[in-house]
Amino acid sequence: MRIGVVTFPGSLDDTDAARAVRYAGAEPARLWHADRDLRGVDAVILPGGFSYGDYLRCGAIARFSPVMAELIPAARAGLPVLGICNGFQILCEAHLLPGALVRNASLQFRCEPAWLRVETTDTPYTSSLAAGRVLEIPVSHGEGRFVADEATLDLLEAQRRVAFRYVAPDGSAVGTASPNGSLRDIAGIVNEQRNVLGMMPHPERACEPLLGSADGMELVRSVAASLARTASFA
Amino acid sequence: MTETTLDTLPSERTLQEVALTGDEYREAVRILGRHPNEVELGIIGALWSEHCGYKTSKPLLRRLPTTGPRVLQGPGENAGAVDIGEGLAAVFKIESHNHPSAIEPYQGAATGVGGILRDVFTMGARPVALLDSLRFGPLHEPRQRYLFDGVVAGIGGYGNCIGVPTVGGEVYFDESYRHNCLVNAMCLGVIRHEALTRAVAAGPGNPVLLVGADTGRDGIHGATFASVELDEQSEERRPAVQVGNPFLEKCLMEACLELAGDPRIVAMQDLGAAGLTSSTAELAWRGGCGIDLDVSRAPRRESGMTPYEVMLSESQERMLLVVERGHEAEIAAAFARWDLHSEVIGSITDTERLVVRNGDVVVCDLPLEMLIDEVPMRHPEAQRPSNLDALLARDPLAEQPPWDMDTALLRLLGSANIGSRRPVFRRYDHQVGDDTVIPPGGDAALLRVKGTRLAVAVTTDGNARYGRLDPRRGAEIAVAEAARNVVASGAEPLAVTNCLNFGNPEKPEVFWQLSEAIDGLAAACEALGTPVVSGNVSLYNDTTGVSIDPTPVIGMVGRIEDVERRLTAGFKADGDAVLLLGPQAAAELGGSEYQRLAHGTAEGPPPALDLALERRVQDAVREAAARGLLRSAHDCAEGGLAVALAESCLLGGIGARITLAEAAETPPDRSPSRTAGILFGETQSRFVVSVEKESGVQLRALLDQREVPYREIGMVGGGHIAVEGVLDVPLDEARAAYEDALA
Repeated sequence: MRIGVVTFPGSLDDTDAARAVRYAGAEPARLWHADRDLRGVDAVILPGGFSYGDYLRCGAIARFSPVMAELIPAARAGLPVLGICNGFQILCEAHLLPGALVRNASLQFRCEPAWLRVETTDTPYTSSLAAGRVLEIPVSHGEGRFVADEATLDLLEAQRRVAFRYVAPDGSAVGTASPNGSLRDIAGIVNEQRNVLGMMPHPERACEPLLGSADGMELVRSVAASLARTASFA
Repeated sequence: MTETTLDTLPSERTLQEVALTGDEYREAVRILGRHPNEVELGIIGALWSEHCGYKTSKPLLRRLPTTGPRVLQGPGENAGAVDIGEGLAAVFKIESHNHPSAIEPYQGAATGVGGILRDVFTMGARPVALLDSLRFGPLHEPRQRYLFDGVVAGIGGYGNCIGVPTVGGEVYFDESYRHNCLVNAMCLGVIRHEALTRAVAAGPGNPVLLVGADTGRDGIHGATFASVELDEQSEERRPAVQVGNPFLEKCLMEACLELAGDPRIVAMQDLGAAGLTSSTAELAWRGGCGIDLDVSRAPRRESGMTPYEVMLSESQERMLLVVERGHEAEIAAAFARWDLHSEVIGSITDTERLVVRNGDVVVCDLPLEMLIDEVPMRHPEAQRPSNLDALLARDPLAEQPPWDMDTALLRLLGSANIGSRRPVFRRYDHQVGDDTVIPPGGDAALLRVKGTRLAVAVTTDGNARYGRLDPRRGAEIAVAEAARNVVASGAEPLAVTNCLNFGNPEKPEVFWQLSEAIDGLAAACEALGTPVVSGNVSLYNDTTGVSIDPTPVIGMVGRIEDVERRLTAGFKADGDAVLLLGPQAAAELGGSEYQRLAHGTAEGPPPALDLALERRVQDAVREAAARGLLRSAHDCAEGGLAVALAESCLLGGIGARITLAEAAETPPDRSPSRTAGILFGETQSRFVVSVEKESGVQLRALLDQREVPYREIGMVGGGHIAVEGVLDVPLDEARAAYEDALA
């Protein structure tokens, strides 16, 4: 099982994401932004950071990078792609996911723990998790407020494509727990085919009890397990 | 006659621009046997500035202990390095960016972060943590709020884009900094011993590469700007403030780290204060070489730049490399992979001279010895301030307290100098890199070292109010408290980096403060076994003639053999015993935060400090931690015992019931503020620890054996912070005050 981790200039969590992949028992493969080559991986992680400095809209440049020219059609063809933080922003810019990530409602950067409720288990990323399960996974971003028009939001809900919502630690209090003012407290969504997940919180930073939480590990393991299942059918 | 010609001084204005005195100019002429030209004068001014040449502080700095069994690199390099075990080294340094931040807070702070990062990755070490020590005037003043917000945004704006977590630091607000905010940035890196890269040129004929950003007109005169007082015209110096590009720095850092330890790289040196001038001169002189540059080959951001401007530009995100001859194209290709431009701008020579050309024309030819080793030292007069005796004679306990003790505790917890720093550190990415075991908000931050059981503790500290009353003791306390923070995480303090923020040393009172403080640093570093391995001096923190209080900021690094033996400050479990370690019956309010809040002054004697006792207490806490005897440890600092207790309660989310007989008793002749003194006095060398009942016996035996004074003062539990008979505050109320302090 090989999971690619893309490094753009300005990627910050690529090494941490690769380590999380290793913890989950899969093999990380490093992918370079300038190479039009996915090296035959089974899935791809777009990690957090400030790709190309993000001096324009976050992810707006990364979307046009050579590696994305390969990744976009591959994702449309079903390759599992997990975008974390900047990766989520890139996926939206690349129109692999709807909506946009704009400046936090506080207008400030926020690095703090967040609690995510699993809203659907019908994705390769969440299939091993119990619905309603609350995961402690930190956020770290300045532009993480998920916005979309009402019709899009309604469609996301109707198709059960909201993967995670920000909640209070006990799983309650939807509406006040969001660290960034995301509409409908959306923390992560999947595409219609359910193979592309974008999320603002950082599961790769929550893979060891020593660092405060290991809840992110369950997510990474779920991906690996679901990939293994897919592979065995293939 | 020749003599009279050589004796002629340039205009007052010219000398002011390069911050040289007439005598210093004459000294330059004497060494050269001729007048320097314009470019040479600019270069001499920069390298003979306090910022680069330490012309006032150097004789004093020689008093500091700089060696020890763990020291791998002492002062004089881009950063210091100490052994942390398993073949690994901690590389670290602190540096000021005060003047730029006072003029342009966002960019001033941002480029301060950028500069200190380069100092560490220049040594080949991957930066793993950033800290920032900040001082502003009173927060309720709009200008101070603007500076504070701008500086915090700048630190985040740069640090968050780099992928190095900002894990700690401090921020204080005091009148003393109203016109002179302080922004000191510290960086810590980790590296294998053998990969340590030094900035020592070698091999005449080897090419010199300039890598990274193009050179612009930003920051010209930054070094001399840092070596004069601020005044009303300082705003006009805004062009002397540089602009940062963290994305470029991230790429530069990754490229340099890929090349660190590569035998084709002879030396690496970042461009900081005085840009090309100081980087080339220091690099060459350390290796006993010379250097020959052609400024026309330096990539420019602007057209029409003069050689003078290119040599003195402080454009950020630039590095200088000396490369083995013949490999320059390969090295350039390695940088190009990160989209970085590099250019050969000169070569190493054996002349021991700095030669600068502009195409075919030599525009500077100076002996390096003169620039680096013959900086004319200033030996100002030292004089103890005349008002000190009167200040010290006041008895802080004689004042009538304005509040009951519950109110006093809430005021202290809500003080901008004590309350929760969360509104600051949640704006910094303090997790990236996945090493942060103890995040900001406790005593020291703790970072695990991947692939080992080791962890590194890091903190900054410095309290200027004690320094105003007694600069020597203030400096001693800064070191002791930094070490106490490190020990409170369970770690062994290893070494120190310092940033000496003082006023204009040409004033006898300020020079006295500096001299006293350095003596205090030396004494405390000796006593605690923590040598000084790097540092920075920031003098001339004066605006329109008013000096800041002496503010030595200490950055300290420690290590834990086994990260599982770490300690945190929060109480853990109902029923645990609470012990106070260190001096017991004391009521010292001089220079305390309580005194400032309740009486608006800092006067009377600052807290006493017995360095031998301090060492005993710290060693005992460390041993107890290593043996797993403690559930929590927190040092007593600003706000004294009561605030330390309250913080342990708040961090643990559980109350405590305390008995302090001496606080409750009321003899007829007692001083009006005695109870406040016991609760809020900032007596040194103290820890509040909590311990499981079963471990109590072993802990007592250890403390007895180590001759550490201690007393069981109560028990963890309940929803209140209660001291029998004098204080009872519900935890929720305390939390509200604490969390609201900086909001």
